[in-house]
Amino acid sequence: MSGRTTDNAPDSGPDGAPDGGPDGASGNGQGNGPGGGPGPTGVAGAAKALPRRRRRTHRVPVTLLLPALLGLAFLILPLVGLLVRAPWSGLSEQLTSTAVWDALRLSLICATAATAVSLVLGVPLAWLLARTELPGRRVIRALVTLPLVLPPVVGGVALLLVLGRRGIVGSWLDSAFGITLPFTTTGVVIAEAFVAMPFLVISVEGALRAADPRYEEAAATLGASRLTAFRRVTLPLIAPGIAAGAVLAWARALGEFGATITFAGNFPGRTQTMPLAVYLAMESDPEAAIALSLVLLVVSVAVLVGLRDRWMSTP
Amino acid sequence: MSTATASDAVPAPEAAPALDARLRVDRAAFTLDLALTAAPGEVIALLGPNGAGKSTALRALAGLLPLTGGHLRLDGRLLEDPGQRVHTPAEERPVGVVFQDYLLFPHLSALDNVAFGPRCQGRPKRAARAEAAAWLERMGLADHASARPGGLSGGQAQRVALARALAVRPRLLLLDEPLAALDARTRLDVRAQLRRHLAEFEAVAVLVTHDPLDAMVLADRLVVIEDGREVQSGGPAEVARRPRTDYIARLVGLNLYQGTAEGHQVTLASGTVLATTEELTGPAFVAFPPSAVTLHRERPQSSARNVWEVEVTGLDLHGDQVRADLAGDLPMAADLTPATVAELGLAPGSAVWASVKAAQTHAYPA
Repeated sequence: MSGRTTDNAPDSGPDGAPDGGPDGASGNGQGNGPGGGPGPTGVAGAAKALPRRRRRTHRVPVTLLLPALLGLAFLILPLVGLLVRAPWSGLSEQLTSTAVWDALRLSLICATAATAVSLVLGVPLAWLLARTELPGRRVIRALVTLPLVLPPVVGGVALLLVLGRRGIVGSWLDSAFGITLPFTTTGVVIAEAFVAMPFLVISVEGALRAADPRYEEAAATLGASRLTAFRRVTLPLIAPGIAAGAVLAWARALGEFGATITFAGNFPGRTQTMPLAVYLAMESDPEAAIALSLVLLVVSVAVLVGLRDRWMSTP
Repeated sequence: MSTATASDAVPAPEAAPALDARLRVDRAAFTLDLALTAAPGEVIALLGPNGAGKSTALRALAGLLPLTGGHLRLDGRLLEDPGQRVHTPAEERPVGVVFQDYLLFPHLSALDNVAFGPRCQGRPKRAARAEAAAWLERMGLADHASARPGGLSGGQAQRVALARALAVRPRLLLLDEPLAALDARTRLDVRAQLRRHLAEFEAVAVLVTHDPLDAMVLADRLVVIEDGREVQSGGPAEVARRPRTDYIARLVGLNLYQGTAEGHQVTLASGTVLATTEELTGPAFVAFPPSAVTLHRERPQSSARNVWEVEVTGLDLHGDQVRADLAGDLPMAADLTPATVAELGLAPGSAVWASVKAAQTHAYPA
C-alpha cells in the first residue's frame, strides 16, 4: 500500500506539494482512480493482485494461508450467523410492524438528507482543497478528515457543545430564531452529515486531483468563468467520483450510531434510526433486532453491488 | 509609460502591429524574455528545442500564466502589463487555443465542444449550436457532429479542436504543437488542411512547434527560441538558408560554423580556415549541406581548397543516403551514397579526406 501511494506521488497535484502526513488518506484514494474510497479501494486492489501471484508460484505457504483463511472466516461467519439465526418464518411480521417501518423510513430520509447536505457543502469544499492555493490547506484537509477517525460519540458530544441549547451557536439559534437542533430529526441529519461528509470530501477531492486541470484551462480560453468551467466541465468529468462519494457518505450516514444517539437522542419516530432501533431491540426483542439487522445488511450489500464497478475494477 | 521603451526596442513590421508583446516570465531556474510582434493575418511559428520556453510563451499569451514583466497588446488593446497592474484573465481575452493533446471535453459531443465558446460568450444555445455546426461543416466534419471526442480519429480531433478555438472568433490564435499527436500519414493531410485554415484566418496566429517542417510549411515567419530567448527570426526560407545556431542548422540539415571573415576566407576559433565565394569582413557564419562533402581515400588533387583530414565516427542510413559523422579539424556531417561507402570501404574509425567546393558553401554575417 505504501508503495502504491509513493508511485502515485507525482500525480498528487500541480502545486507540487507532496502528499504526506494527514494527506495520506486522500493521496491513497486518489491513486486508485477518481473517487475511490480511502480504505476499501486499496484493499480491493490488493485482493485482486493476490490470485495472479498465486498462479505464478503454484504454492501458498501455510503460514500465510492459515491466517488468511482464519481472517476470512472471522469476517464472514458473523454474517452467516445473522442469516442462520434469522427468524425467517416470522420475518414478514417483524418487518411490517410500524416500529420497524418508522425506523427504516426515518433512517432513509435522514441518511438521504445528510448526503444532500454533504453534497451541497462537501463538493465546493473538495474543490477548494484540490484547486486553490488556500493558505493552510494541509491543516484544513486534516481537520476535514478528522471526523473519519474521531469516535462518533465524541463527535456527538462536540456537536452538543456547539449546537446544543446552551452551546456556542445553539444558544444564539435558540434565542434569536427559536430553533432547537439537538434531539430533533434535524439533529439526526446534522449528526449524520458531520460523520459522513468527510467521506464525500475525500472522494471528490481525489476525483478532482485525478481530473486533468487543463480542461479547466481549455474552458477558460473559450471564455468560461471559473464557475462556468466548474459547472460545465469539471463537474461532469468528476461525476463518477461524486456519485461514489455520495454512496459512501449515504452508507456511512445510514449506519451512524454514536453521534446520533449522543446529539439527537433515541425517540421513536423522531430520532430513532435503524441502528438505534437494532441496539434497543437487542435488549427486549432479539428477533426484531435480527430482522432489522438483516434489512441493514441487505442495504449494505446493495451499496456494495452498486459500487462494485468502482471498487472491484480498480487494478 | 514603461511599455513605450519596451516596444521601441522592437522593430515593428508596421505602424501598429496587431500583436505587440514583450513576454517576460521569471521562474526559479528559467527566464523567458521574448519580444513578439505580428501583423494581422500573419502566422508566426515559435521554433525551439524542448524546454526552450515555447509553451511558456504560449501560456503567457493565452493568459494562463501571468507575466512578470513586459506587456501584451492585441489590436491596440492592452491585455497585460504587470508594471501597470493590468492583467486580463484568460476567459476575457480574444484568444483561441488549440492545445497539444486538444483537450476536447470528453463528455460533450464534437458539436457541443465547438459550441462551448459561443455559449460562454452569451450566445443562445440554438444560435451557438448552429454556429458550431457551420464550423464543423467548414472543417469537413459535419458527419461527426454528434460523436464524442473518444470516437474521433486523431486528425478529426485536431480539426474539432481547431474549430472550437476558431468559434470564439479570436484575434489571436495559439496552436501548441498542433501536429505532434498525429501519426506520420495523418500528419501530412492535417498539415495541408491546417495551412489552408491558417491562410484564411485574418487575425494573428502563433504556433509552437519543435518540428522545422511544420514551422516552414505553416508559418510566414519563424522565431527561433533557445533558453527563453530569441536566437533568430525571419522567413522560413531565410532561416533555413542562413541558420544562426547549431540547433537550427541541425534541424534544416546544414553544417554550420562560426568564425571571422576576411575576404574569401573565414577563420574559425579552432584556427581552421574555410574558403567561401562570398566576400565578407567581420564575424560570420559558414554553412554547407552534408551533400556538398566529398570523401577521398587519398588527399585529393582537385581545385577544392577546402580539404581536411577527418575520421569517420558514425554511419547512419537516411533514406537512400548514408549520413557519415566526421570528426577532425572540421567536424561535419556528410551524405554519401551506399555505393561510395562501399567503394571507400568506410567504417567507424576510417581515416579519410573530406573536401567541400567553395561554391557550395554559404557565408553570411553573424
